[in-house]
Amino acid sequence: MHTDRTDRRGHRPGRGAGIPERADDARWRDAPWNGGHRGEGAGRRDGNGWHRGEPDGGRDGDRRGERGGERDGEWDGEWDKVTGRARFAAEYSPRAALAYAVPVQATIARGEVRNVDSETILTLPGMLAVLWHGNAPGLGVPEDSGLALFQSPKVAYRGQFVAAVVAETLETAYEAAARVRVDYAAEPHDVVLRADHPRAYRAWEDAPGEDGREAVERALREARVSLDLTYTTPAYHHNPLEPHSTVAVWEDQGLVIYDSCPGAAAVRDTLAELFTLPPSLVRVITPDAGVGYGGAATTRPQTVLAAIAAQVTGRPVQVTLTRRQMFAVTGYRTPLVQRVRLGADGRGRLVALGHDVVEQTSTTADPAAGPGAAGGPGRPVCEVLYDVPLRHRTHTVVPLDVPAPSWSRTQGDLPGVFALESAIDELAAACGLDPIELRLRNLPEADRPGSAAAGLAACLRAGAERFGWAGRDPAPGVRRDGRWLVGTGVAAAAYPVAQSPAEATVRLDADGRFRVRLAAPRMRPEERAALTTIAAVVLGVTPERVEIELGGEGGAAAGPPAPAAAGGDEPEDVVRWGMPVVRACEALAAMLGEREAHPGVPLEARARADAPDGGHAFGAQFAEARVNLDTGEVRVPRLLGVFTAGSAADADALRARFTGAMTLGLSMTLCEEGELDERWGGFLNQDLSHYLLATFADAPDVAALLLPGDGPAPDPAEADRLTGLGTSGTAAAIANAVHHATGIRVRDLPIRLDALVGRLPTG
Amino acid sequence: MTGELHTERVRSRTVRLTVNGVRHHVRVDTRTSLLDTLRERLGLTGAKKGCDHGECGTCTVLVAGRRVYSCLTLTVALDGAEVTTVEGLAAGGEPHPLQRAFLAHRAVGCGYCTPGQLCAAVGVLAEADAGVPSAVTPDPAEPPALDLAEIRERMSGNLCRCGCYGRIAAAIAEVAR
Repeated sequence: MHTDRTDRRGHRPGRGAGIPERADDARWRDAPWNGGHRGEGAGRRDGNGWHRGEPDGGRDGDRRGERGGERDGEWDGEWDKVTGRARFAAEYSPRAALAYAVPVQATIARGEVRNVDSETILTLPGMLAVLWHGNAPGLGVPEDSGLALFQSPKVAYRGQFVAAVVAETLETAYEAAARVRVDYAAEPHDVVLRADHPRAYRAWEDAPGEDGREAVERALREARVSLDLTYTTPAYHHNPLEPHSTVAVWEDQGLVIYDSCPGAAAVRDTLAELFTLPPSLVRVITPDAGVGYGGAATTRPQTVLAAIAAQVTGRPVQVTLTRRQMFAVTGYRTPLVQRVRLGADGRGRLVALGHDVVEQTSTTADPAAGPGAAGGPGRPVCEVLYDVPLRHRTHTVVPLDVPAPSWSRTQGDLPGVFALESAIDELAAACGLDPIELRLRNLPEADRPGSAAAGLAACLRAGAERFGWAGRDPAPGVRRDGRWLVGTGVAAAAYPVAQSPAEATVRLDADGRFRVRLAAPRMRPEERAALTTIAAVVLGVTPERVEIELGGEGGAAAGPPAPAAAGGDEPEDVVRWGMPVVRACEALAAMLGEREAHPGVPLEARARADAPDGGHAFGAQFAEARVNLDTGEVRVPRLLGVFTAGSAADADALRARFTGAMTLGLSMTLCEEGELDERWGGFLNQDLSHYLLATFADAPDVAALLLPGDGPAPDPAEADRLTGLGTSGTAAAIANAVHHATGIRVRDLPIRLDALVGRLPTG
Repeated sequence: MTGELHTERVRSRTVRLTVNGVRHHVRVDTRTSLLDTLRERLGLTGAKKGCDHGECGTCTVLVAGRRVYSCLTLTVALDGAEVTTVEGLAAGGEPHPLQRAFLAHRAVGCGYCTPGQLCAAVGVLAEADAGVPSAVTPDPAEPPALDLAEIRERMSGNLCRCGCYGRIAAAIAEVAR
């Protein structure tokens, strides 16, 4: 536990003119949402009963008290989501007339912007500004940072924002953006990831001892069974259905941002740096729904664009990325080439493992970011749990003229588990062993209760029983149902359960009220009341003067929403948040003397708990695959996941998360593929007609089984991260099932028809 | 630059819309979609913009009781139309059975696709009632039974990135019974 009274840049929070939070919030909250009164079309009625003219200020009232069908523990937020009342970032609208900014994206992948011809555009009625590096305000970051919008003529990837238009209406802004003429000095680009790329550099290597590499090579050469396999996975675009959106407002006292990014504190700090403001003058409000679901909690260029556009025009500005724009600027998981080498003895026990990973990065990315930052393969279960005496891992990075990749949903467990758990399946076949039996043989502590290996073994055994694995004929390509080949497959996954540290910020505002801001996504009212009381006692004031705020600028843990109706972890929440609240209030109380010296000046103190170590959660996934003999079409009628995920109080909420994650795993296995266009240098398939997502019709019978564990219950933010575990094993389970069905090993995702058609049995 | 700027030729029109029972006169740019009219002009932000291209279904609303992608529907073509959005499903404050079912089945993830899923589901129930067959209806001459296979087929125009398909389908199936 530590407390601090200054922020990381040395500014004393709360000194000087901080942004009065509630006054502003209240103004926005007062906007007449959902009653049809935001714009001019919803005004008062004329004689014929038609609405005309300006807003009538009415509001449909707070319906929360009226809802029916509610079950105990159901969150207001969930009800809001089914009634359209839940507000997302782009739906915050200030009273002052909103303007719209639309970015113009580079049509070259490398080179420089020579000029932006904006004169014709500015004559369009309703145009407010055209921004580019020739006229944009300077920002306080290095020019090559991905967020340094319009700071230099340099183009580092196709789709980079090189200009933007700001207009009174969306229609005008879109038309203007399409008409902006940008002159480039283009240079040849290089966007294709290859393991033997001349610019590739070794970012990281892990080998046991000094002669580790040689020992591993020797063991692989001399092993009874030795496999050398290469797997590839494509670029994956996270594609949350909510587009990345920002509304930015400059006020007398600073910058106010409504942003779809869940990491409010990270956004605040980034913007403070960009606009050289103390963080206390930047207020970031993040609604607790939408993009946050699994997306990386980092600032994206649309946030910066909104802030610049609002600064230049003096108007509140909304930026909502189009689906096409998202593909270049909101991060994606790097494509990967993974070489996996396994050596085993005659009984299927691993003696050596080699895992060589090649990933791409942008030419502007920080080489020190390390493996995993780009969504690399993480540490798959094979490396966490299986008992392998000798391992050698390398990580190679290729800088290309591409957007900077980032992690998505999980750091990289999906592609990592795909490669290693596919290889384990191949090893089982090579050893003539059942794939579950082979895994158990490599979990020497599987029978020691409470051991990590026992958790995974339990998942494998329980899943085998539920799925009907016993008596499975290992022979591939022999089961037919009409024109369909049928097979089953299994894969395992592990996921570290590290709870994010709880952080509380307490602030005494000019109105004499204490606001306690927590990074908790949501909280039950009684628990909120308990924390209010705790804060009031420590501060020595009446509870009426204390307010608990959730979400918002809490900290890195300001995460996506809790699982639906995850109301069960309340006792943990008081325990978890109580301490930082107490410490932050104590620190603030100590500062109150200063307050008397400077009445009217807001004070702020912050405290954070240490992150507890939660150990690992485990999972095993089982898939049934059916492959059409004539078309090669792959269907997955059945998907079962078995997970140990601590003692979750609300198991059904966690199951819902896992089945959702497995459905996404299926989507990444069979549908999704970001295709880089060698000729033009950008992503080719930039919409949902070409970057395919699994639909209802693709969704199989997905079931998740939770095993009771003695580990800690995941907190709500952690439960969201845990869905990474649900996504991890799906691809390997399906690929292994496809092999069992057809005898064909598909080592390149997604599993497309062309990997199967022409190789399937005829007749 | 050849030709005149589009905006110079733009006409705006006044359109009469009834949205969730409330009548509006709205003067719109002829390029404005129903979705943008709802969200940016009428303050009805329940219908969502996920792709603006008719690929994701988050903008689904009901026009004269039939589900449409409001992002692909031009407002200027809707004079006199009756529109229902997710905000209008709970008529008189009484939740629609689908709204209850979605919550009961935990069919809601991040919530962004949810309004479109609900409106689409209302449309699907009406289509089945009217005897409209789908690609998986065994006998198009017979009234379709909304089993899970029918629901999955009919709902496939609405994407969910949280992977809630199974639970949404179960919620719809419960209401269909």
